Amino acid sequence: MRILVVEDDLEAQRYLVNGLKEAGHVVDDAADGDTGLTLALSRPYDCAIIDRMLPKMDGLNVVAEMREHGNSMPVLFLSALSEVDDRVKGLKAGGDDYLTKPYAFVELLARIDALMRRRAPAAVKTKLAVGELELDLLTRTATREGQAIDLQPREFRLLEYLMRHAGQVVTRTMLLESVWEYHFDPQTNVIDVHISRLRAKIDKGFSAQLLHTVRGAGYMIRAAK
Amino acid sequence: MLRNSAFLHWAQRVLHTQAFRITLVFVFFYAVTATALVAFTWWNSQRALDAQTDQTIEAEVAGLRDTYLRLGVIGLSDVINGRVAQHGSGIYYLESPTRSVLAGNLVGIPETAKSVGGFFEFEYQRAQQNETVTRMARGEGFTLPGGYILLVARDVTDQKYSRKKFFTTIPWTIGLMLLLGIGGGVLLSRNILRRLDTITRTSSEIVAGDFSRRVPITPAADEFDTLAENLNVMLERTERLMKGMREVVDSVAHDLRTPLNRLRNRLEDMQRKLNPEDPHLDDIDSAIAETDRLIGTFNALLLIAEADSGMTRGTMSAIDLSAIVADIADLYAPLAEEKEIGLEVAPSGVITIEGNRSLVSQALANLIDNAIKYTPAGGHIWVSAAETPVGIDLTVADDGPGIPVEDRARVLERFVRLEKSRNSPGTGLGLSLVAAVARMHEAKLTLGDNTPGLNASISFPRTFVKKLNRE
Repeated sequence: MRILVVEDDLEAQRYLVNGLKEAGHVVDDAADGDTGLTLALSRPYDCAIIDRMLPKMDGLNVVAEMREHGNSMPVLFLSALSEVDDRVKGLKAGGDDYLTKPYAFVELLARIDALMRRRAPAAVKTKLAVGELELDLLTRTATREGQAIDLQPREFRLLEYLMRHAGQVVTRTMLLESVWEYHFDPQTNVIDVHISRLRAKIDKGFSAQLLHTVRGAGYMIRAAK
Repeated sequence: MLRNSAFLHWAQRVLHTQAFRITLVFVFFYAVTATALVAFTWWNSQRALDAQTDQTIEAEVAGLRDTYLRLGVIGLSDVINGRVAQHGSGIYYLESPTRSVLAGNLVGIPETAKSVGGFFEFEYQRAQQNETVTRMARGEGFTLPGGYILLVARDVTDQKYSRKKFFTTIPWTIGLMLLLGIGGGVLLSRNILRRLDTITRTSSEIVAGDFSRRVPITPAADEFDTLAENLNVMLERTERLMKGMREVVDSVAHDLRTPLNRLRNRLEDMQRKLNPEDPHLDDIDSAIAETDRLIGTFNALLLIAEADSGMTRGTMSAIDLSAIVADIADLYAPLAEEKEIGLEVAPSGVITIEGNRSLVSQALANLIDNAIKYTPAGGHIWVSAAETPVGIDLTVADDGPGIPVEDRARVLERFVRLEKSRNSPGTGLGLSLVAAVARMHEAKLTLGDNTPGLNASISFPRTFVKKLNRE
């Protein structure tokens, strides 16, 4: 995947670029808004990571210009600014996701993976499957190896989100934002408790584990090899 | 209907102003004083008038008595008849001991007049343009030597009439005075209200976060303008301070986040580069966890500063508190269950307030998180959003150990942690953040006793409650 990184803090930029390259992406970088916009408009990218405060042209304006030129690539804003106000501004200006510094690199990686996947024209699915685990989105039922699994509505949504991102790392914040639609710091890791209950329902009593904990990052659902 | 109630509301406001009340008191005192003054003057002049009449009559009586002594009853009758013929205001009556009228312009006099003596008032009949009219007179009766009775009086009908007239005019005058006074009061109050309303409107806009607003100054250059000018100077200073605070928050945010970001990045980098079996991996894990705690504290501090600086004003929208209560309770339910704590949510209809969704949910999450942390297994937590007469209460109550009364104010301060909670995880900023979020919504955070346990309640005022609740 081709990713554009626009970041003026050179150390952060180098770190980002290296990390993304290690994760197997092709990365272009720019250190100011002008260059970033030119690159964004002249080359095809799957995703852009843009800092909010940039020399020459503010990150918000870069995205606004991009959108004006009909460029709809997913944009993730990085910001070192105060959170509450700027998050709203960033999303309003056309950003698809917003991450406040300091962030965990795994968080960033998980989020841009999700952004790029969202972009792929997904056929309307009525069933999701990971290995033997199946989720029927119409009847709202789950089965594993033909055995019905009784899920609460929230557990169903949690599992649905994980399965839509099967094979991808999903962080706790992403789950809170997508499944509960809230953005705040829950203090205690409440998400972990939800996951362990879900795990008890879908993995307990079966030979292979589907729902994995990814150290220092979050969770991932994937079929047993 | 609407117009009517709007008018009633306006009238109520006017009637409740200080200016109107002061006017009312003044009108009252003025009316009393003026009435007393007029009444006294009038009474005095009436007395003087009466005294004058009485003196004239006394002089005349003395003269007539003299005449009687010198010329006898015949001479007296002649003099009286002569005076009657002059058609003056004098009234005379002379009666013989045998009760026959000898002279004068009266047919008879009241019996009482004869016995009493001295001055008295009486009615008499007088022919006037072919009809007989009853009129009032004041006079003195006098018994002459020889048993003759002489009465000399003056017509006082006109005087009496003016007195009566005066008495009927007084209530009207007072009424008119009150009416004018109240009218003036309303006018005065309305003007003062109008001036104050501009100031009130401006200040509430400023409270709502628009620090660039100023109180308008009129060309009148009156005391209100002086007040407005002073307020504006104060606002100028406040705006400058707020701006400074925002700049500090922004630059602290930026300048600390960037190095923290690098620090975390490097640690992550090391973590990635190390062999999964490397024994240093655990050290790096705890270093990352420590960094995350630092970042958490830092973020909470910034959030408090943001909420307090009014920067988040623009992020308010209509939010449903009961939905937030349901969602956050749902989020924490498994955690409570794991600790064997009953988490109960009081059902309620849609309760919409004007607020910042993520900050309000953060505040509620902090309260529930605290309750779960401190309530022992087997305990209960009750969460509710309910309308009260003055607004909306968002309450988290538990039957845990509670907070001693003397510590309740202190725990809202930053970094204050009570002795017994020192060893549990937390930044000591949770409740400060709740308090800051409450302040930002003009709400009040109250920590009360749930006997036993803690009752933490955020009371949102009516102004932040969306109208749609009542419609």
